[in-house]
This record gives sequence, structure tokens and C-alpha cells, in this order.
Amino acid sequence: MDFGFSISPSSTINLDKVDFTLYDRLCEIEPDAKKCMACGSCSATCTAGPWTGMSVRKVILGIQRGKESEAEKMLKGCMLCGKCTMVCPRGINTRHLILSLCRIYGEGER
Amino acid sequence: MIDRFASGFDPFVIPFLIGMVFVLGYCIVGAIRLVFQLDHADRKRFLVSLITPKTIWKNIKDIFLNCLIHVKLWKRNKLLGYMHSSIAFGWFMLIVLGHIECFVYMPHRVKLFYYPIFFNYFVAENEYTLRGAIFFFLMDFFLLMVLSGIVLAIIKRVRSRLFGMRRTTRPSLLDRIGLYSLWLIFPLRLLAESFTAHISGGSFLTIPMNMLFKAFLGDHMNMLPTWWAYSIALCVFMCVLPFTRYMHIPTEMLLIPFRNAGLTIKHARKGFAKAQVYSCPGCGVCIDACPMSVKKANIKDTTVYLNRNIRRGNEKRIEEISDKCLLCGKCTAVCQVGVDGPQMRIAQRSIRNYGLDQDYTGFDISAMKASVSAEPSPGRVLYFAGCMTALTPAISQAMESVFRKAGVDYAFMDKDGGLCCGRPVLMAGRFEQARELIRKNKEIIQASGASTLVLSCPICYKVFREHYKLEGIRVVHHTEYMLELVKAGKLVLEKGEGSMVYHDPCELGRGCGVYEQPRELLRQAGELVEAAQNREMSICCGGSLGSLTLGFDKREDITRNALNNLVSGDPATIVTACPLCKGTFARYADRPVEDIAETVNRHTK
Ligand code: SF4
Ligand code: SF4
Ligand code: SF4
Ligand code: SF4
Ligand code: SF4
Repeated sequence: MDFGFSISPSSTINLDKVDFTLYDRLCEIEPDAKKCMACGSCSATCTAGPWTGMSVRKVILGIQRGKESEAEKMLKGCMLCGKCTMVCPRGINTRHLILSLCRIYGEGER
Repeated sequence: MIDRFASGFDPFVIPFLIGMVFVLGYCIVGAIRLVFQLDHADRKRFLVSLITPKTIWKNIKDIFLNCLIHVKLWKRNKLLGYMHSSIAFGWFMLIVLGHIECFVYMPHRVKLFYYPIFFNYFVAENEYTLRGAIFFFLMDFFLLMVLSGIVLAIIKRVRSRLFGMRRTTRPSLLDRIGLYSLWLIFPLRLLAESFTAHISGGSFLTIPMNMLFKAFLGDHMNMLPTWWAYSIALCVFMCVLPFTRYMHIPTEMLLIPFRNAGLTIKHARKGFAKAQVYSCPGCGVCIDACPMSVKKANIKDTTVYLNRNIRRGNEKRIEEISDKCLLCGKCTAVCQVGVDGPQMRIAQRSIRNYGLDQDYTGFDISAMKASVSAEPSPGRVLYFAGCMTALTPAISQAMESVFRKAGVDYAFMDKDGGLCCGRPVLMAGRFEQARELIRKNKEIIQASGASTLVLSCPICYKVFREHYKLEGIRVVHHTEYMLELVKAGKLVLEKGEGSMVYHDPCELGRGCGVYEQPRELLRQAGELVEAAQNREMSICCGGSLGSLTLGFDKREDITRNALNNLVSGDPATIVTACPLCKGTFARYADRPVEDIAETVNRHTK
């Protein structure tokens, strides 16, 4: 509808320096990644947690916030046991999410 | 018997010869290529097995029973079995008898490739011999056998349910050309042989034909065209064979010796794997058997479609199909050619490229080693619960209670968390990573001084049995171990009220062949009822770690279907022997689900 006037566009400056390439790519192949509510159930049950601090919650968060190398360190310790998938209240197939992430890591450079 | 033609040749044999030379050449070249695709060790193994009397005999027996008699199909459905064996065995006998006939009566013609096939055209009988009569009778008998099989095959095309099959695959265009030419071969042969039934001999089938259809068969103008038609039908069938599902016939004859040589899949697409793919006739038996197929959307992800897509080189579909499967092994249990669906899929998963590889070399296991370490002692037991049991602590508690009741000297390896056994990583096709986990776990186990390793998870059990080489340490599943305790009198089971059904976990039953021990235990604890489909035919609970892509929300139908099968005898309790099955069933079951360790613990003092 045209009132003859409009609100001026937002002048907020986006200072976010995060490169979202990896996160966007992840959401493309695993749309469920957006469903995570950071409940931490996956972290609590993780087999690799005591060894490397692995936590799917932190991996997802890390990738969202550009902490890719931290996520990478955690992903490397995952034993793919699937416990996180079984406990996730949002029904995210976390095990497959991890595998997908491992697959697309460094895709740009390849 | 005498030659009707001095030359022993007629141009109508040419189509047959073309087909025969083509198909033989194709198969020989293909077989040589497959053998060369095996890695060096496997090839040596295979060639040695070909000259070892034991395997030679086994090969002959298996090829006879599977390729000609189709024993596995007989067990599935009598009609289906008869249909296949009548065509395969009948045809085989026609060929063999044709050659014997030729040897006996026309030894100078044996070197002619086509002669035994068109024997009745080329010979005329000059005196009636008893031997001839028997031959003609046998030839007609086996021809009738094949024809009855063809009739059944035609009926099956229309009504497959009569043959115990609900769903089957759609043949491609070439498949259909092959099929119709196969159907035509034998009626044409009957017709062609009937022309000469009164001059070169016939029997109960061909002589009456000759008399009944005098109008057509009496006119010798029709004779050559019919023999031509027969020869052309043979030619068409043999020429399209390599590009149709019928390629399974020659391939299976190579697959059986491969398997008997003890080969495993080393390459996702070559050698042994390729032999499996081409041995699949696309019968579709695995569709009905697959637990995923309760959902229509998954039908195209069953093993028959994996084979089909590998043949066609459709990479996208190969990946989808490989990743979805639960690796429950039921398709392999029902498959008459023995295509190993799970192993085939793991092989496909293993050739994928990852940008990031798991690496467990940095894990420091010294604390875990110290916590279990003890002087080696023959009675000492090490209990490894595994990740799945960590999610169902009732099982490990019951196990500990059982150990205490039986007075066992035990250590609980992963009470405060441990490493994964490596099977899930293996299932994802990451072999290198699995080896690292195995190496680490092995180190811990060897430091424990135990002589027996007890596992309450069949997923772990399988990998421990197959991939851990634990010298001097016995690996047992808790079902086997508890039965041993009962038999040794260390544990006394009391019979309780209420019936129980036992669910065979895929990894324990089909995976490791353990069926009896849990049942023996349960019979001592109460009344055991059986599920509609059990043992090798048991239905996966749907929780399997084998599937990479099936989210848990997509597994409900699979679990409910498996539950319906289990409660057919209306048991009070569902008992399983796997923490994962327990957890999965418990989500939707309308009655208690427990692990056998809990059952045993409840029934002992
Ligand atoms: S359990 Fe699921 S929802 Fe909760 S943090 Fe982990 S991934 Fe997110
Ligand atoms: S699959 Fe990986 S992230 Fe999930 S619980 Fe197991 S080790 Fe942890
Ligand atoms: S895999 Fe086996 S059961 Fe399935 S279609 Fe092929 S031959 Fe039949
Ligand atoms: S292994 Fe099980 S789930 Fe996978 S295709 Fe075979 S029957 Fe279906
Ligand atoms: S089964 Fe799962 S759970 Fe049991 S140990 Fe193996 S991986 Fe870990």
C-alpha cells in the first residue's frame, strides 16, 4: 500500500565480522541445525565430552559465531556413537550433522 | 541314427552361434576382469581355493543347489521354488542330455557347437532303439518341466501374490525383451521338434503334438521357419543377457566360488562387490523383508535398488540408499544369492571424502588403564557396558548385581565413561578411525588382567568379536555369560509369573549367530512365547546406529511394526538383549520392555 511516505531505511551498521559461509552451507544441507535450542542434552551424554570437551551444542554455536577452529577441535574427537541424537529433544539428527560438517569443512579451499 | 544332412549344417544355426559366442566371450572377459580387480591377497586366496578339493566340492554343491535347484527359494515359497528350479534345472538337463545324445549317436559331430542344441533337426532315426526311446522320453520330460515353469512365470507376472511376494521391481525395457525371448524359446523348441517327431524320434510330448497339429506340423514348408524362430529367440536372449537382470545367472556362478574362498568386500565397486551387484536378479524379496519398507517412501532404498543404481552408476542415489539403511542384515538373510546389503553399504560409505577427519590419537587413556589394572588372574572378568548401556543404566546396574550374586571378581571398565567400541565409526565407513579406537580399547583391556570380557551391548560384541584380536581373553555377550553362570550353579534362576517374548537384536542374532542362549535363560525364568517372525527373520527395532540419515522422528513406523510382530503372542513383557533395542521399544511399547540382564536379576536371589 502506498501512503505517499515511508520509514527511512535502517542505518544500523552491521559490525559482525563473522564469516557465515560454513554455517549457511550447513543449514543448506542440515536445515535442522537451526532447530537447536542449546539445551545441552547432547553435551551431557557425549562419549567424547570427557576426552575433548566435545559438545554438539557448542559446535553449532561455535560455527554460528565464527569460532570454527574450536568447533574443528571438538568435531575431531567425536566417536559417532549416536548418543547425542538419541537424547536431543528437538529430534535433530546430530550424528549426521557432525558427519555433514566434517564433509564440508574446508570445502572452499578444496 | 543317421545324419539327415551330410554337411551337418543349416544357416538357421547362425543366430544361435552369434548369441552363444557373444555371451560366452562377454562372460569370460567379465570373469577375468573381476578376478583381476581383487587385491593381490584375495586373488591368491581365490585361485588357491579353485584347486583345493574341499572348496571345489563345496563350489560344485553350492552352484548345483543354488543356481539350478534354488533351494533357498523353495524354503520361501514352493511355487516360486518350483518355477525357478523347473526352468533352470530343466534347461540344464536339456543341454546336458543333448550333449550326451550327441556323444552316443553322433560322436563325429560333437565338435560342432550347435549340434546338440538342434539335434532333432539334423538326425533321423533308422532303427528304433531302446536307448533312443529313453533319451527322447527324457528330453520331452525336461522340456515339459521347463514349459510348466514358463507357464508359472507368466502367471507370476500377473499375480505375484500367489508366489508369496507383495512387492517386486519393475523390469526395464531390455529386461522385458530378455524375458519375452526366454518365454518364447521353449514353446518354439517344442514346435520345432514336433515337426521331426515322426522321422527323428519323439516321445510323449512331441509325437502327440505332431499328430494333433497335423495341419501346421504336417506341412514341411513350416519347418525351417520354426527352427529359424527358435534359433533367433535363443540369439536374442543371449545377446541381451549381459544388459539385463539375467546377467545374474553367469555372475552367480562366479560369486559362489568367491564367497567360498572367504573373500570380503575390499572395494566398493570392484571385484567381490561387483560380483554381488550383478548376481542380483532383482527378485525384490528384500523389499518386503526390509524393515524400512513399512514406509512407502523407503521402498526405493532397499538393497535391490542399491544394486540397480550401482549398475547404472547413479552416484546421488547410491549415496542416499547407502546412508539410510539400518544395516540390520535382514535383506541378506532372505536373499537367495546372498548379496550382503550392510557390507555393500558400508563400503559405499567408506569411499567418501571428508574435509575433516576424526583423530583420537591424542586421547590419554592412562587413567582408565590404571583404574582397571590388576594382576592377570584366570577368574577375573572385565565388564564393558558401552555407550548405549550408558543411556540405560538399569542394565549395567543389573549386570553388576548379577556379578555380585554370583561372586564374580569383576571390574567395570567404563563405569565413569569410556571410549566407544568403534563399531559406529566402522558403520560410517571410517575404517582408519575405528582402528585407532580399537587399538586404545585393546590396550586398556589388556592391562586389566582379566581372562573374560563381558559385553552387554551386541553392537560392541560384534566389533569385539570380529575386529579386536584379544589373545588370551575370551569375549562373551552377557546372555552367554549369564547362562554359563547358571549352568555352573553360581546363579539360580527362579521361575516367575507372566509370559515373556524375546526380541532377537539384529547385531546379536544375524550379526553374531546367538539365538539359543537367551532363550534358554528365559525359559528358566518364566514362560517364553515366540514372536511371529523371530531368529534370522527378526525385525529390527528401528533404533539402529547403522542408519546415518534416518532421524528418530522418521523411525516410529518401523518401531511400531516391529512391536506388532513381537506382541503377536500377547506376552506380558518384552525382553531384549541390547540397550539400544530396549530404549527404542520403550518409546512406543504398551507393555514393559527390559533387558535380559534385568530379567535375570529379578529372578535370582
Ligand atoms: S540436544 Fe539437541 S537441542 Fe539440545 S543442545 Fe544438543 S543439539 Fe541442541
Ligand atoms: S556422536 Fe559424537 S557428539 Fe554425539 S554423543 Fe557420540 S561422541 Fe558425542
Ligand atoms: S538383493 Fe537379493 S533379495 Fe534383493 S532383489 Fe537382489 S537377489 Fe533378490
Ligand atoms: S540391512 Fe536392513 S534396513 Fe538395510 S536394506 Fe537390508 S533389510 Fe533394509
Ligand atoms: S554400541 Fe554403541 S554403544 Fe555399544 S559401545 Fe558400541 S558404540 Fe558404544
